[in-house]
Amino acid sequence: MSPEHATDPSSLPRPQRARWAVLGERAIEALIRLCGVSAIVFVAAIFFFVLREAAPILVRDEFSLTEFLFSTEWYPTSANNIRYGTLALTVGTLSVTALAMAIAVPFGLGAAIYISEFCSGRVRETLKVVIELLSAIPSVVWGFVGLTVMSKLIVQLTGAPVGVNILNGGIILALMSVPVIVSIGEDALKAVPDSYREAGLALGATRWQIVYRVLLPAARNGLLAAVLLGVGRAVGETMAVLMATGHAVHIPGGILDSVRTLTANIAAELGEAPAGSDHYRVLFLTGTLLFLITFLVNLTADFVVRGIRRK
Amino acid sequence: MTRVFSPTRNRLRPRALAALLPLTAFLACGDGGGRTNTKPAKTIIQNKGSDTMVNVAQVWAEEYGKVAPDVEIEVSGGGSGVGIAALLKGAVDIANASRDLKPSEAEQAEKNTGKKPVGFNVGYDALAVYIHKDNPLSEITLEQLTALYAEGGKTTRWSELGVKIPGVTDDTIVRVSRQSSSGTYEFFREHALGNKDFRMGSRDLNGSKEVVELVGSTPTAIGYSGMGYATAAVKMVKVTSKPGSPAIAPTVAAVHDKTYPLARSLHLYTLGDPQGAVKGYIDWILSDAGQKVVEDSGYVPVPAADRAKP
Repeated sequence: MSPEHATDPSSLPRPQRARWAVLGERAIEALIRLCGVSAIVFVAAIFFFVLREAAPILVRDEFSLTEFLFSTEWYPTSANNIRYGTLALTVGTLSVTALAMAIAVPFGLGAAIYISEFCSGRVRETLKVVIELLSAIPSVVWGFVGLTVMSKLIVQLTGAPVGVNILNGGIILALMSVPVIVSIGEDALKAVPDSYREAGLALGATRWQIVYRVLLPAARNGLLAAVLLGVGRAVGETMAVLMATGHAVHIPGGILDSVRTLTANIAAELGEAPAGSDHYRVLFLTGTLLFLITFLVNLTADFVVRGIRRK
Repeated sequence: MTRVFSPTRNRLRPRALAALLPLTAFLACGDGGGRTNTKPAKTIIQNKGSDTMVNVAQVWAEEYGKVAPDVEIEVSGGGSGVGIAALLKGAVDIANASRDLKPSEAEQAEKNTGKKPVGFNVGYDALAVYIHKDNPLSEITLEQLTALYAEGGKTTRWSELGVKIPGVTDDTIVRVSRQSSSGTYEFFREHALGNKDFRMGSRDLNGSKEVVELVGSTPTAIGYSGMGYATAAVKMVKVTSKPGSPAIAPTVAAVHDKTYPLARSLHLYTLGDPQGAVKGYIDWILSDAGQKVVEDSGYVPVPAADRAKP
């Protein structure tokens, strides 16, 4: 182009956006910010309201926090000696969750690795759809499976006197957490850049060597997040464990023992506890305890992830 | 299935609910004699209370609807205490209770409403102690039940009761109980365990039927539930109240002559002597037709000679 026809850009008035467009954009920005912050607001509000329902019991003289946390005696409606000890319930929750994770983590991560690295095309699509379907099954249906099908199988195969126990609840919870672990784990593996894999191949590594020497370390944070989301699912699950674990308050002696979990206990008793009674407040305190357990799990995960990053 | 999270356990009949929909039904308010709707000749009786009785109360209401189509009975559960509390406030016409009214509650009612509560015995419920049909045990004492179920009790194996269950190697007793909010749980605790607490580690189920099902599928189990829930897979054990006295099976006759130790009366309570529609309803419940409902629901009807007395 010839210089005569060139116009100096600075001499033209700068294009201005319409006022409404600017304001509209700001409004949308504020709205999105609100959405982001709302998560914090909701979590804080839920914690506040649960704690508010529980708080009056904490200042009662008859109530002992040590007993609440470390006694196994749960007698909320006793006629002569009411005791609120949740240790057996906490142990119940932890034992079922631990068994569920022992089953779900190898299966879930294995499935994630297989889907992300070893299978292709149609198999992958089918597997992903089926696993998503698995996560869409309502928990009450899982509980029903545990109560009817699994409990009979467990009695037949293990000779346990009662089929609703830790093993039953653990398997059901494992089946419920596997889809979570698979989908998040697969995303984490997918997020590892292909250049890593190519570099591995160029060095003559086999596929398996690439998986455990390159991909697993690279995707460690994501995989840990996947496992912890699985733990969260298992700790918080209520309906399925209520139906499958046998509802017995005691410290279990083995995986064929029945237990009761914190969540199942709240579900079973809150409906009948008169609002505002001590029993009612203690159940809310149990809710707070559950909240703190999951919070602790997440916090630990956060520290672990940071520790890994620093290395 | 489990009835787990049911804050109120309201069991309103659809028809009763429909009749309640016009706001006038809420506003119209008479006590003792039932509530009269603005529509002519449609009386609504409010009935609330015991969960043990809610099923039978439901059937009473339905059957009575056929006899007296101009009366609607609204039934809800919640527990004996809930029903009585509502009666003391004058909020319901009839309270169902599977326990006796406490003297303090009667006083409260008189203070609140100026009327004395009047009770009617409308049937009996007997708790049976269930074991698996292959278990040779035939009778048990309340003392043994306490040693087995109550806190501090030492019995954990069937061999300690002198029982050998065929085909079982591990004879640890599987104790089946009810969730702590159940009236059956409280009744068993009071009358079988002498108000001692249950020992930890029993399987606490959420329904009378589930207890019998679990006992039926577990040779080493023992459980307690209403006598109406018996199946072919379980058997009921005779119960001895104290050493030396005879063991009594939970039968209708044993409940009537009060020899069976784990039986209780089912009551209806009203404020003052019932009048009008409420009186008609209670009279019908105590008639042969009403008592047949009691029998069909798995409870024990009141013998004809005792029906007149409240």
